[in-house]
Amino acid sequence: MESLTNRKKVVSDKPMTFMEKLYLPAIIKGMFITLKHMFKKNNTIKYPEEQRVFAPVYRGMHVLKRDEQGRENCTACGLCAVACPAEAITMVAGERQKGEEGLYREEKYAEIYEINMLRCIFCGLCEEACPKEAVFLTDRIVPTEFERNEFIYGKDVLVEPLNDRIDVTKRQHTGTRSEI
Amino acid sequence: MDTGLLIEKLILAILLFVVSLGIAAYSTYFERKLAAWIQDRVGPDRAGPFGILQPIADGVKMFMKEDFTPTNADRWLFILGPGIAMFTALMTSAVIPWGTDITLFGRTIALQVADLNIGILFIFGIISIGVYGIMIGGWASNNKYSRFGAIRASSQMISYELAMGISAITIIMLSGGLGLNDIVKAQHGMNWNIFYQPVCFLVFFICALAETNRAPFDLPECESELIGGYHTEYSSMKLGLFLFAEYVAMFVSSALISILFFGGYNFPGMDNFSGNTLALLSVAAFFTKTFLMIFLFMWIRWTIPRFRFDQLMHLGWKVLIPISIINMLVTGIVIAFNEGWIKF
Repeated sequence: MESLTNRKKVVSDKPMTFMEKLYLPAIIKGMFITLKHMFKKNNTIKYPEEQRVFAPVYRGMHVLKRDEQGRENCTACGLCAVACPAEAITMVAGERQKGEEGLYREEKYAEIYEINMLRCIFCGLCEEACPKEAVFLTDRIVPTEFERNEFIYGKDVLVEPLNDRIDVTKRQHTGTRSEI
Repeated sequence: MDTGLLIEKLILAILLFVVSLGIAAYSTYFERKLAAWIQDRVGPDRAGPFGILQPIADGVKMFMKEDFTPTNADRWLFILGPGIAMFTALMTSAVIPWGTDITLFGRTIALQVADLNIGILFIFGIISIGVYGIMIGGWASNNKYSRFGAIRASSQMISYELAMGISAITIIMLSGGLGLNDIVKAQHGMNWNIFYQPVCFLVFFICALAETNRAPFDLPECESELIGGYHTEYSSMKLGLFLFAEYVAMFVSSALISILFFGGYNFPGMDNFSGNTLALLSVAAFFTKTFLMIFLFMWIRWTIPRFRFDQLMHLGWKVLIPISIINMLVTGIVIAFNEGWIKF
């Protein structure tokens, strides 16, 4: 059979020659291999100072988007929670009152919106299920905590701040090959 | 006995203590760096510039850890084990000549704490006691892994000491003296023993690896099968002492190898210097050789995988001992022939 790679090696169990039994040539050969590696460039990315560039399809911490006028997109339809295979998302819907038009885009909004980051598997199905372009997975990393309950992220963490909008254009364009 | 001598030896002993601990501390750092370089990594680089404060951080960490003694452990032997390991590792450096005589304040000071006329026997004796540290530590832990580690350590050390001793005898025959000073003086200039006894060097070096429990002979403490071997149950600075003793032992055996085979403080062209210049240069030469030897120890550790126990015993008893005995006999015959004791 023709081999698929050029790394094919025929294994044999013929008895070792005297030079092989000495082991020393092989040891010296091995030591020069390690010596060669000593002068190679390392591949380490020193994390806090340097950060790896994420691919556009990277799925990290979620964000709840606002529209151009700063109103929350989420209408608490619950499709993300239904889609979530890990059952990480819970929400309580609320009705928009008079005078809150600047805060929420539609009459219904999420009073409580929580994602348990320990349950989340970052599959991105919530993002796909969302009809209002409200929830997105970003290239931010979920930081480590010491307590379990600190991983339940509420709206205070998830909703993007007005003065510090989070760019999700890369996520919006994944799958639509022509636009990128 | 005059007070000057006492003060001089005291200072030398304290200096030696500090230097060997310092070198051992920095060998841990260098070992980690070297391992990282060999594996295309960076290694410790967070504590201070290039991570040079890492040994201090490690030491502080060791002291801060909980000092735990298992319930069924023999309390006193449990403490004695690491103590003996460290004590013996440090004690061997007493007879090592670090350089030629230095002249300070009108006194001629020998850079050697004790010029024993049986220096090499002293070192072998102390190294043999060193195995008690591991044995007692492993036995007192009352843990099967520790006991396996201890048993392996003792059998390994006893087996390899034989070949080591026989190769040392070969060197003693060449230089005609048991004192380390005599051995060094016999290798004046570039007249090093390695050029006469390469086989002996190889045997001695392999045995030194086994004696200091370094890879590929680190069976007493192999992490993968014995979860740390004799120091499984140890924590805090007791563990630190065990780990540290290994590095001190490595430093001392590197020094011993450079004395026996690489001419100790001798360096080519040493006749052109005299007095304190010669002393300083000789100390520098000695330490260069020792550091290169330590580098070789570490380089081997990160290249060669660990032996299996039967392979270890096979190598010790069936390979190294016959080789060293044949080597000794041949050397003896050649010496006898050169001296004219036998004629053909």
